[in-house]
This record gives sequence, C-alpha cells and structure tokens, in this order.
Amino acid sequence: MTTATDKKPATMAQALQRAMRDAMAEDPTVHVLGEDVGTLGGVFRVTDGLAKEFGEDRCTDTPLAEAGILGTAVGMAMYGLRPVVEMQFDAFAYPAFEQLISHVAKMRNRTRGAMAMPIVVRVPYGGGIGGVEHHSDSSEAYYMATPGLKVVTPATVEDAYGLLREAIADDDPVVFLEPKRLYWSKSDWSPEDPAPVEPIGRAVVRRPGSSATLLTYGPSLPVCLEAAEAAREEGWDLEVVDLRSLVPFDDETVCASVRRTGRAVVVHESAGFGGPGGEIAARVTERCFHHLEAPVLRVAGFDIPYPPPMLEKHHLPGVDRVLDAVARLQWEAEH
Amino acid sequence: MTVQELPGAAAYRPTPPPAWRPRTDPAPLLPDPEPFRVLGTGAELDRPLMLKLYAELVRGRRFNAQATALTKQGRLAVYPSSTGQEACEVAAALALEERDWLFPSYRDTLAAVARGLDPVQALTLLRGDWHTGYDPREHRIAPLCTPLATQLPHAVGLAHAARLKGDDVVALALVGDGGTSEGDFHEALNFAAVWQAPVVFLVQNNGFAISVPLAKQTAAPSLAHKAVGYGMPGRLVDGNDAPAVHQVLSEAIGRARRGGGPTLIEAVTYRMEAHTNADDATRYRGSAEVDAWREHDPIRLLEGELTARGLIDEDGIRAAAEAAETMAAALREQMNAEPALNPMDLFAEVYTAQSGQLREQAAQLRAELEAEAR
Ligand SMILES: Cc1ncc(C[n+]2csc(CCOP(=O)(O)OP(=O)(O)O)c2C)c(N)n1
Ligand SMILES: [Mg+2]
Repeated sequence: MTTATDKKPATMAQALQRAMRDAMAEDPTVHVLGEDVGTLGGVFRVTDGLAKEFGEDRCTDTPLAEAGILGTAVGMAMYGLRPVVEMQFDAFAYPAFEQLISHVAKMRNRTRGAMAMPIVVRVPYGGGIGGVEHHSDSSEAYYMATPGLKVVTPATVEDAYGLLREAIADDDPVVFLEPKRLYWSKSDWSPEDPAPVEPIGRAVVRRPGSSATLLTYGPSLPVCLEAAEAAREEGWDLEVVDLRSLVPFDDETVCASVRRTGRAVVVHESAGFGGPGGEIAARVTERCFHHLEAPVLRVAGFDIPYPPPMLEKHHLPGVDRVLDAVARLQWEAEH
Repeated sequence: MTVQELPGAAAYRPTPPPAWRPRTDPAPLLPDPEPFRVLGTGAELDRPLMLKLYAELVRGRRFNAQATALTKQGRLAVYPSSTGQEACEVAAALALEERDWLFPSYRDTLAAVARGLDPVQALTLLRGDWHTGYDPREHRIAPLCTPLATQLPHAVGLAHAARLKGDDVVALALVGDGGTSEGDFHEALNFAAVWQAPVVFLVQNNGFAISVPLAKQTAAPSLAHKAVGYGMPGRLVDGNDAPAVHQVLSEAIGRARRGGGPTLIEAVTYRMEAHTNADDATRYRGSAEVDAWREHDPIRLLEGELTARGLIDEDGIRAAAEAAETMAAALREQMNAEPALNPMDLFAEVYTAQSGQLREQAAQLRAELEAEAR
C-alpha cells in the first residue's frame, strides 16, 4: 500500500486496492468477496491487506464457485450491502453468467426500480501476460450485449482508482474490467491526493491530434499512444480517445473527435467479429457519416480462441497493425 | 537396490499420516427413514393454527382454480398451479415471521399470497403487464424466480447479510425437485453451510420437472439426504400434511434464527395439475397415479382429522369455502379489468439514470406512439 511518506510510483494493482480500501473505510456496507481475496490478497494482490484491516466478514474468502459468489452477492445487495465481487480471471467468470444476466442486470428493471443492484464485478481480463489457456480472454462483448450492466475499464493508474471508486458508489451493477497486463504499470499518482477523474460514461482524449482518431480502451491504450508517437514520422497526427466506459457509451466525445479528424480506427484485443469495434464503428458511421473521409476501420484480435502464450504476440493488436490500419484510411483522396 | 539398502536408509522413518476422522458426525444430519407426519399420529393439535391452516388451504386451492380459469379467459399469460401442493405453500407462508424473507419460484404465487401479498400484484408476472408487481423489500418477498434454483444463492446472501448486521432474520427459499439438479442448488447449499447462514431450503418434491420424473433427476436416496454432503441436517416431511410441514419448517426456522445454521427440507407432495395450463400431462403420466394421490390430498387429510377430532364442524367448513369464494370473486373482478400499460415504462429503471442511448430509443418509441394515435 502506498502512503504519503512513501513516494514511489504506484501500480494499477495498488491503485485498485486503495480504491477498495478507501471505499470500505468510508462505507461499512461495502463488502469484498471472491476466491483467495482474504488471506492471500488475491492472485494479483489487488485485495492485499483488506481482510487484515477490515476483517474477514468484510473481505471474504468464499467457497470456490463463481455463480455462488455472485448469487450470494445479489442477496447481500437485496439486504442493503454493496458487494464488490472479484472474479479470479476473465474465463472463470463464465459460471456466473446466469446470475449476472438473469438477475444482476435485470433486477432494477423487473422490480420497477424498487430493488437496485449496487454490485461491482471485478474481472481481470485480456492477454499479454503469457498466461496459458483460459487466462487471457477479452470478454467485454458478452457484458456489453447485456442491457442493465455498466461496463468500464481503466487504462491508467489514476483511472483505476477513480473509476473503481465511481463503480462502487454507483447504484447500478458495474462490470469492472481490469487489464491484467497493466496491473504493474506505474505512475506518480498518489493515493493521498487522487486526481479528479471523469465519471462513468465519459470518454477522455488521451492525446489530441488532427489527422485521425484511434478509439480504444484498457490494455490497448498504451499500444495506441505508442502508435500515435510512431505515426508522427509518417506525418500523421493521431488523436487517441480512451473510451473508459463501454456502457454507457460516450457518443458525444467520440463523435466530436471523429468529426474533427474525419477518420477513425477502433482498436481492441477482443475478437473483431461480434466484438465492441463493430458496434462502435456502426455508431460512429451512423452519426458522423458526412464527416468521414474513409470507412471506420477495426484493429482487433483475430476471430480465434485465445492463442497459447508463445503465439499470443501474433494475435494481439500491436503498433504495426494499428499503423497499417491508419495507412488504409484513404489518404490518397486528399491529395 | 531397495529403499532399505540405500545409504542412510536406516534413519528414514516415513511419518504416518494424521489419523483420519470425519470433520463432523454425519449421523445427526440424516433425515428420518420415513417422511415426518402429524396427521393420523394422534399428536396434539393447536386448534387456532389448524383452523388457520385449513382456511388457507381451502382459499389456496380456490385461488389456483381461479388463476387457471383466468388463463382460459386470456387474463393470465400462463399459470403454474400448485394444486395438490397447497400444504407446502401455506405452511411456508405461515411459518415465517413478519421480518423474515421468502424466496419463491414461479410455482409459489400462492405462498406469496398466503403471506399477505395482494393477489393482483402477485400475479403481475403471470399476467404479463410487468415482471415483478410488488416491492420485494416492502413485503420481504423476493421476485418470483423463473431460472431454476437461481433464487437459492440470493436467499443465502440475504441471510448472511442479515446475520452480519446482527438482525435475527431468516430466509426461506423454495425450489422444486428438478431444481435440485442445478448447479446453483449445490452452490447455495454449500455456501449456506460454510457460512452457517440462517436460511432454510424447502424442496417441494412434486414428482416431476415438467415431464421428467425424479428417477431421471437423481440417484440420491432422497433429496433430503443431499443435506449430509453439505454438513447440514436434512429433513423429510409429508408435504401434504400441513401441520407436519408447518412444524418441520418452524423447527428449522427457529434453529436458523438461534444461530444453528441452515436446514434442507424435502416435502414429498404431488403436482395434481399439468406443469402449467400449456402442458399436457397425459403425455407422461397416467390417471391412476393422479387418482392415487387424490386419496392423499392435503385438504382432505386435514379436514378429515379436524372433523374426526371435533376441531371443526360443518359451519366451519362452510365458512372456509365461502371465504374462498369471496376471494375468487374479487380476484375475477380485479383481473377482468385491463391493466394500465405505459409503453414508455420500457425505458424506465434499466439504469438509475437514463443513458443517452435509451433516451434516443425512448424518443423513437414516443414518436411511433404519437404517429399511431394520429
Ligand atoms: C435454468 C432453467 N432451465 C430450464 C427452465 C425451464 N423449466 C421451467 S420449470 C421446469 C421444471 C422444473 O421442475 P421442478 O424444479 O421440479 O419444479 P416444479 O415445476 O415441479 O415446481 C423447467 C425445466 C428454467 N425455468 N430454468
Ligand atoms: Mg417438480
């Protein structure tokens, strides 16, 4: 845990821990539950120290059963608690889908607002950490396709803290996707002085530019920022938008950027077919058609089961693939 | 070369594993060999409770008949009747204290009504004008739950939360025999036992999951026996013996309230009607079986015993029947009124605040409605 006297850069994992810690200290109804979240502090150490500080009734090692974890969280929320559930890995959240889709997402609507579900489901997601199969899925499209859920994902250390605080305070259920490979990314962010963050539902321009817009989120943000730097050599000044919140979707910020630049590429790790990029490209096209100089392109993971670790570098959208897409944005027409 | 011949082998002594013993004694958790009964055993009967049970059984049966009739008149989209299972439904409602919570399945409208919920609100789901027609917190009745067994972990979580808060609230969760095959049944019972949550699971074993008989569902000695595997007591009760179900439930609820942990109860009963009005039960069972269960009907059993013991007379029986008719007439009248529908409600309460996306779609629907009205 980072403290005021300890000025070393904080990691995203520490920022997430701090967000839960601060929320638990402020609000006694916040409970953390999941597999290995107590004594061990989670397999990624994101709940480190919470059981020690708040006791095992507030940060609970549950039996190993994801539907049971989320299902009991529903009951706890019915009684007025605010559960924060940790799913150990993306692919191990699947047993909880029925609870998530049939109850968590629908409860407010089916009870005409009488019963909210202020539950956060934290899911470490995405690849790039050399994980063997079932440890690297990008499952965001499944969640996005479920009305009633909010779906957010931080890409920076600051946002990890701010967005998780927002998610815990939110009366709607939030699927909080944590980009695994950014867990150890660092920043000078200090928990004592958390910078104000945009609320859930707002996208943020991380790098202003004028030639084209890269629309991205989570683990692909650093890739896009790197691509934008590299693109300068080609004479392209790329704008990079960090979507942050996939649901609700910030059409306003996204479209303002695309209307300004006239070109857009959506970048994500998740499979392209049926993936978030299709929805985003459609929304942008529907709203910004007359400003577009080229079709909206997608750079996504291939439409394959997540590959074994020794081959994952070929699957993950990298800087070159992003630049190739940018090159295909019909620049010739301009000259 | 054997291990004994290895240099230094003389010093090697394998440590024996620690002696194994079961973590808890399974014997006290086992259900009785026969379903527990009160009626016909000569046990003492509490007259006010018996009369209350009787009145509710009669009312409940009339409610089921009326609701089924309403499906034929197109007033309900569907009705899964609990005819034959009224003893379980009624006892579940009466065994709970006001502060306790009930977690019903789609078949348990009657339990909700017997608990005092307005019948029209209880039937909202099955009429189809909304999903849940009441505020679950106000009545401490969770929404009638259709995805099988998924309500069970909710009951565990709620009971656990109540205990953490220091409230002596108990959750009673209802599930069918088929539902015990679902993963959520297993997970809920396991969580409940590990957390020692104040929750009671009542399985209404009515013989069928739609068309599938229990033999195709499980090889367990009984559903109550499953409790032992989780480390909680299992109880077997005659589900058509209303005082017996009430007693077993009351004992389990009391035990949970005192911090004794969860109980699994299997009530052996029978679904006299088809799965729902849309089902054809002749495809999977014969009338002889149904007729045999008619002999063991919950109302008939209780009425017979109360009459024989002089605890109820003709007037009492007539009064219960009349009260049930009055209820049915009121229900008919209420359900014959068209429900107020507002299509714009579709976009309400999907989220706390309406997203831009839903605002756009709501505007589209509003425009369509206005065009239609012109
Ligand atoms: C998860 C799930 N699978 C399938 C169904 C469809 N279904 C509705 S009721 C039912 C049978 C349930 O039988 P049982 O649990 O014995 O309850 P009963 O209807 O007899 O009260 C089935 C298969 C469902 N509602 N939920
Ligand atoms: Mg059944």
